[in-house]
Amino acid sequence: MLVAMHAPDGFLGPGVAVVTAVISIVVIGLALRHASAELDDRQVPLAGISAAFIFAAQMFNFPVAAGTTGHLLGGALAAILLGPWVGALVVAVVVVVQALLFADGGITALGYNVLNMAIVPAFAGWALFLLWRKVMPRSSGGVVGAAGLACGMTVVLSAMAFSIEWLFGATAPIPFDTVFGAMVGVHALIGIGEGLLSALVVGAVMAARPDLVTGARDLSAEEIGDRRHVGARAFAIGGVLVAVVFAVVVSQFAFDDPDGLERVAQDTGFLDRARDHAVAGSPFADYATRGIGNAQLSLAVAGLAGVAVTLLVAYGLATATRRVSPRRSFHATSSS
Amino acid sequence: MSGSHRGDLRGLHVAVDSPVHRLDPAAKLVGTVAFAVVVAGTPRHAAVVTVVEAVLLAVVVAVSRIGARRVLARLVVVMPFVLFALTIPFVAHGPRTEVGGISVSTEGLWAAWNVVAKTTLGATAAIAMSASTPLPSMLEGMARLHVPRVVVAIVSSMVRYVELLAAQLARMRTAMVSRGHDPRWLWQVGPVAASVGMLFVRSYERGERVHGAMVARGFTGTLVVSDRPAVATTDWVVALLPAAVSAIAVVVWVVGR
Repeated sequence: MLVAMHAPDGFLGPGVAVVTAVISIVVIGLALRHASAELDDRQVPLAGISAAFIFAAQMFNFPVAAGTTGHLLGGALAAILLGPWVGALVVAVVVVVQALLFADGGITALGYNVLNMAIVPAFAGWALFLLWRKVMPRSSGGVVGAAGLACGMTVVLSAMAFSIEWLFGATAPIPFDTVFGAMVGVHALIGIGEGLLSALVVGAVMAARPDLVTGARDLSAEEIGDRRHVGARAFAIGGVLVAVVFAVVVSQFAFDDPDGLERVAQDTGFLDRARDHAVAGSPFADYATRGIGNAQLSLAVAGLAGVAVTLLVAYGLATATRRVSPRRSFHATSSS
Repeated sequence: MSGSHRGDLRGLHVAVDSPVHRLDPAAKLVGTVAFAVVVAGTPRHAAVVTVVEAVLLAVVVAVSRIGARRVLARLVVVMPFVLFALTIPFVAHGPRTEVGGISVSTEGLWAAWNVVAKTTLGATAAIAMSASTPLPSMLEGMARLHVPRVVVAIVSSMVRYVELLAAQLARMRTAMVSRGHDPRWLWQVGPVAASVGMLFVRSYERGERVHGAMVARGFTGTLVVSDRPAVATTDWVVALLPAAVSAIAVVVWVVGR
C-alpha cells in the first residue's frame, strides 16, 4: 500500500475513475486559467521548467530503513513555492507525463492519481500552510515551520483521500478499516520525512531568494531577515502534536481485528446478512464495507476524514482564488 | 519508489522502423487510451477476455520490434503493485479455499488476478506507445487531439529541461560528495534539501532567462505546432483495432454468460 499513490489501471472501480477524472479536469482547467492570469506569457517556460524541477527532485532517492528508499513527493511544496494554482498545474503535468511515458501510474487511473497527488496536496497543503502560518511568528523561521508541518500533514491527507475513494470503488475484498489504517499509518511515517525535507528546502530558498516563495510574499524585509530558530521549536512541538493525533486515529483501526465470534459469523456468511441492513443501498463499494467490525464507527471515521479533506481543499481553493493578483516581477530584473 | 527508471527520457524511444512506429501519433494515443479503458473495464471473472487482450498486446509488441526484454525491464515500475496483489488473498475477507494446503480468500484470489492482469496490460500498452513514438511526435499528436496548446507547450518545455535539471542535480551531488558529505542517508537530509532548494532557485531563474530569450525571438504565449496532414482513416482503424477487438470480446463474454 506504500506506493498506492501512483495507482495503476483498474486499481479502483470505473465509477470512481470517471468521477475523479471529471473533478480533476475541471480543477486543472481552472488552474490553467489562474496560472495564465498570474504568470502571463511567462507561464510556458516557468511552469514547464518548474515541472521538470519536481520531476528531477523526485529522483533524489535516499534510503530510509530496511531497503526502502524515500524521495520527495512535492505536491504541497510546489504549492508553497509557486502558489496553489501553478503548483497544482505543475504537479498534474508531472503525474500525466509519468503515466504516459513511464507507465508509472495507470492511464485510466489518472483521475484519482491527479486528484490525490496534485489537487489535494496543492490546495489542502496550501490551506494547512496558511492555518499554520497564523499560529507561527511572522518570520522566515515561521514560514519554514509552517511549510514543514503543512507538507507532512498533506501526505496523510492524500492517503485519506485514497482510502475514501477505496470506500466507493474497492476492487478487492479488503475492508475500508484495513486500507485506512494501513494507508494513514504508513503515510504518517512518510509524512515526517516529507515535512522535514520540504521545510529544509523552503528554508534554503528563503535564504537565497525569499521573493520566490509565494507563501511568504506578505513578509516585510525585516521579517524575512528574522532567522531566529523559532521555527525549530514550533516545528518540533507541532510535529509531536500532529503525530499524537494521527497515532490515536490509526490505533483505532490497528486493534480493530474481528474477534472470535465475528470471525465465526463471517466464515458462515451470517455477518454478511446481518450487516446488509447497516449499509444496504449505500453508494459504498460492496467490497469496502465487507468484514468491517463496526460499520457505524468506521463510516463515521470515513465521513470525518472526508469532511476534513474536502473542507481543507475548499478552503485552499477559496483562499487561492482570492489571491489572484499578477505576480510582481521585480525579481525578473534582478536575475542574471 | 526506486527511481532509476525516471527521468531517462532518452532511453524511452526505441528507434527501429515498424508499422507501429509509422502509425500516426494522434491515432496511437487514442488507441492506447481506448485499450487501457477497455482493459480497466473488463470484468475480473472474464479470464478468457483478459487472455485475448494479452495476445493482442503481445502481437502489437512483436510487430513494433521493441523487444520483449525491454518491455519486461520497464515493467519493473509496476512490481510494487504486483507484490501488493500477492498479499490480497491472505488479508481479504470472505469465503476461503485451499490452495496447496493454505487457506486463502476466494474473492481475494480473483482480486489479486484482477490487479496483476490490469496493471500489467495497462502498463505494457503505455510502454509500447512511448517506446514507438518519439517525444516531439507525441506532443504533436496531443496538440492535434485538441489538448489545449498551453498544456502541450508546458509539457514540451518540461521534457526539454528534465535531463538538464537531472544533470544539474547530479553535479550538485558530486560537489557534495567531494566536500565530504555522504548524501545517501537520512541524517544528511540537510545538505540534500539545500541542494534541492538551490535547484528550485536555479530552475526558476532559468525559466525567467528562457522566457526572456523566447520573447526576444517573438514569443507571444503559445508555441507554433507544425501542421501535418489529417490522420488517415487506415491509421485510425489500425490504432483502434486492439481496443475494438477487446471491447467486442468483453461484450460477447457478458452476453454469453
